[in-house]
Amino acid sequence: MFDRRALVVGALMGLATLGLIARLILLQVVRHEYYSDLSQGNRVRTEPIPAARGLILDRNGEVVAANQPAYQLELVPEEVADLGDTLARLVALGLLRSDQIEELKRTIESSRSFDSVPIRLRMSDDDVARFAVRRFEFPGIDIKTRQTRWYPNGDLAVHALGYVGAISEQDLKHIDRADYAGTALIGKLGVESTYEDQLHGKNGFREVLVNAQGRSVERQGAFVPNLRTRAPSAGEDLLLSVDLKLQRIAEAALVGHRGAVVALDPGNGDVLALVSLPGFDPNLFARGITPGEYNALANDIDAPLLNRALRGAYPSGSTIKPVLGLAALTDHAITADTKVFCNAVFSLPGSRHVWRADKDEPRGYLDMPEAIARSSDVYFYRLASTLGIDRIAAFLERFGYGQPTGIDIGGEKAGLLPTPEWKRKAFKRPDEKVWYPGETVNLGIGQGYLLVTPLQLAHIAGTLAERGRGFRPRLVKGVRDAAGHVQWLAPAENAPITGVSAADWSVVIDAMVGTTHCARYCGTGWVAFKGAAYEAAGKTGTAQVYTVAQGAKYNAKTVPERLRDHAWFIAFAPAEAPRIAIAVLVENAGFGASNAAPIARKVMDAYLLDAEGKVKPAPPPGVPGAPAAPARAAPPAIITAADHT
Amino acid sequence: MIYEEVPYGSRTRRTLTGAAQVLFALKIDGPLVVGLGLISAFGLVVLYSASGQSGKVVTATVMRLVLGMVAMLLLARINPNFLRRMTPWVYAAGILLLLVVAVAGHTGLGATRWLKLGPLRFQPSELMKLAVPMTCAWYLHERALPPSVVSLGALAAIILLPVGLVAIEPDLGTAALIAVAGALVIVLAGLRVRVMVALLAIAVACAWFGWSFMHDYQRRRVLTFLNPQNDPLGAGYHIIQSQIAIGSGGVFGKGWMNGSQAQLEFLPERSTDFIFAVVGEEFGLLGLLLLLLVYLFVVARAIYLATQTQDTFARLLAGSIALTFFVYVLINAGMVTGLLPVVGVPLPLVSYGGSQVVTLLAGFGILMALYSRRKLVGS
Repeated sequence: MFDRRALVVGALMGLATLGLIARLILLQVVRHEYYSDLSQGNRVRTEPIPAARGLILDRNGEVVAANQPAYQLELVPEEVADLGDTLARLVALGLLRSDQIEELKRTIESSRSFDSVPIRLRMSDDDVARFAVRRFEFPGIDIKTRQTRWYPNGDLAVHALGYVGAISEQDLKHIDRADYAGTALIGKLGVESTYEDQLHGKNGFREVLVNAQGRSVERQGAFVPNLRTRAPSAGEDLLLSVDLKLQRIAEAALVGHRGAVVALDPGNGDVLALVSLPGFDPNLFARGITPGEYNALANDIDAPLLNRALRGAYPSGSTIKPVLGLAALTDHAITADTKVFCNAVFSLPGSRHVWRADKDEPRGYLDMPEAIARSSDVYFYRLASTLGIDRIAAFLERFGYGQPTGIDIGGEKAGLLPTPEWKRKAFKRPDEKVWYPGETVNLGIGQGYLLVTPLQLAHIAGTLAERGRGFRPRLVKGVRDAAGHVQWLAPAENAPITGVSAADWSVVIDAMVGTTHCARYCGTGWVAFKGAAYEAAGKTGTAQVYTVAQGAKYNAKTVPERLRDHAWFIAFAPAEAPRIAIAVLVENAGFGASNAAPIARKVMDAYLLDAEGKVKPAPPPGVPGAPAAPARAAPPAIITAADHT
Repeated sequence: MIYEEVPYGSRTRRTLTGAAQVLFALKIDGPLVVGLGLISAFGLVVLYSASGQSGKVVTATVMRLVLGMVAMLLLARINPNFLRRMTPWVYAAGILLLLVVAVAGHTGLGATRWLKLGPLRFQPSELMKLAVPMTCAWYLHERALPPSVVSLGALAAIILLPVGLVAIEPDLGTAALIAVAGALVIVLAGLRVRVMVALLAIAVACAWFGWSFMHDYQRRRVLTFLNPQNDPLGAGYHIIQSQIAIGSGGVFGKGWMNGSQAQLEFLPERSTDFIFAVVGEEFGLLGLLLLLLVYLFVVARAIYLATQTQDTFARLLAGSIALTFFVYVLINAGMVTGLLPVVGVPLPLVSYGGSQVVTLLAGFGILMALYSRRKLVGS
């Protein structure tokens, strides 16, 4: 009995053993690869190595934007048990602000659980010390040394350069997260944003062996595994067309005012200087701007965040006159030496509305060069009225009014070229849909609905300088890869303006030269250009901000400062072989001649003259000088807090 | 005497013969000791790797093995009749100790299992692993086999009293093992198939009843067993990680001390309850089959010894000890491979820690003692 029982029980256990062996074969033979993958995934974690962001250099190789190592606090979501509590304790420690928590939580929750999310950039040594002593209380949070963006010149050229800022939830929607793992910053505006792809580079990675706690370990038992590493490839450097020395002079000339200066090389569209004042320090954004700082900027009455050069739309004022003159000559509506009698008033036949000219308005018989140089309003009231809106609009459109110039950074405004068709679409009330002849008259002196940006006018000045050849303005003229090879970008030439005779170009350009001279008569800009070593062609402009009532007189002293006229000046030089075209706008400064033209003079002097005040010889065309840029810095190793605490 | 003095022959033969004589004098079974020694030695090798090359753990285990060997040697010399007479007292003492644990036991890891006697910690439940089958065999010794219904009732009481006390500690694994050890005695005593079916039905009913009395962690274990993927970072973590460890080991294993699951601490309880997975990861299917083969050999030898014993008490007890040993192996391997729920059953002689090494070797000592008074040929 016992023996049989023992045999039966033993047999049952033998069966169980066979079942066990079957299970082992299933796990170890049939599903071996599946479990091998799981085990590999368990122990190997891929850590990103952020690529060094490309440098930004000006046309002479001066550094505009560089990288600087800085300590930052990073959080790995899956290693943090209670996110709310952890963040609250960081607030208590003074490392985060309570008003950041909501945004941070959203960013953390939309990140991959194993990616390190930066939660505090640019920690001071004091912050680092404060965190280091309590690090054990914060599993999943560590101090990392990362490259952050550094703008050594502060707010210089900020509106051209843009800035980088913390990657937001919004940014995460249109970037490949894998490419940005381990990166805290992304270009937000200007060159930094438009050329983000080139600047960002390609992140590398390194596989690390981790134990079950997620800590990276050197070896596993007796075995040091073979782990893969891919070095990051640094972002490409941008070589700007901007000349920082010129930029500094332009900013210094405009400082104290709100306004913009745009200087271009008319021969290729290079932006030599792009000023919009007031500006702001892009380092604020790169280190993580506080809501208080941001609100202060956003609510500043002087609108420092507004890029006036690209986005400020103003009436063009009299700067439109050379183009209108050219339109009239091209359409044979008038000849250059036709003398038109001008006195201080103009009215349309059958209308009681009177356009009054300024007290400085030239009187008597004026031909076109004198009307442009002395900026006769009445001459151009008549001319505009004669040409009619359709012919004016068609010609202005060919010059680029009402269209963006296509500069290589985003956010540019198109301005506004008013036409009867535009009025029909833009207005609702039937009486407003009509184009009135008086509106054509207003357009004759660049008032009314017409709006232009400083960049547009600089571009138009450049087109005048080049007698119809126009280039897309560009801030970046070359890209240098990590190996140091520079790829120069070809200038983008627009379709030239055709059908304008050489003689007509000369009439208008000569008239603009007359503006800066005092010969048979004195041009409106002659004071600013007294004694210039080169011949400058210019045009002053004064854009009305508000309409003076019929019968009233405009008195700058009694009008509130912000309703005073904007001062314009456009110019190019040397007139016979232009190397620089410029537009200057000074908000609420009054006459262009006295307030904008001197700024243009300073910038053009700085660009064209050498130390002795003589005109520098023009550089040989076509070969951009390779800037003597600083050598690339090797991307620094990532240092964790363990290495420095 | 079955062994004779051999005046000639090789040195090896003389040595073996000498060893056999020593073993016989000690009442120790050679093949069984060789099997147990192989398992223990392999266990030490695995443990060294699983513990992260901890000399301390290996030393402690060697100490326990020595202690277990001493217990085995001592118990092997005991007279089976004396053992039988002492059985009720051992049982009573065990119950008493369990009661003391319930009242004044040392609490560790949320369970009260230990008695502290100075520097020694002692688990009375370990004693019951031997005392329960002994008592069952003692009860059936003079009675008619197969056991009557009344006998079954008495046996159920003998088994369930300590099982209940251990289960409330709570230590479900040990309670189950004690129950298995007692139940095996009954099965070996010859139970009718329909009675077995009836008992199985009762067991299912008890399981349902027991569910309502289970601790949360015990219920979780059962639920986790049913679906480990449910909670991959919580209760299911053990099973998932141990399956990854075994599966990734493949046929030949990753090599000693190269198991990433074990070495990088993904595998929990890798040197204790889940050491089977470490064997699977580092030594592969071949390592596991080899280990199972040695276990099978030990059990087969032990069952053989049991069949050779003289009286009912000896047979039932010896059979139970032999089979319980293998039940340990099956439950442990079953739980580590995901075939059974995770109950705290160590892999015999390989898992680190606990009194199990001493208890197991003591059990084999008793088995050898029972065998030493076998029906001698011609006596």
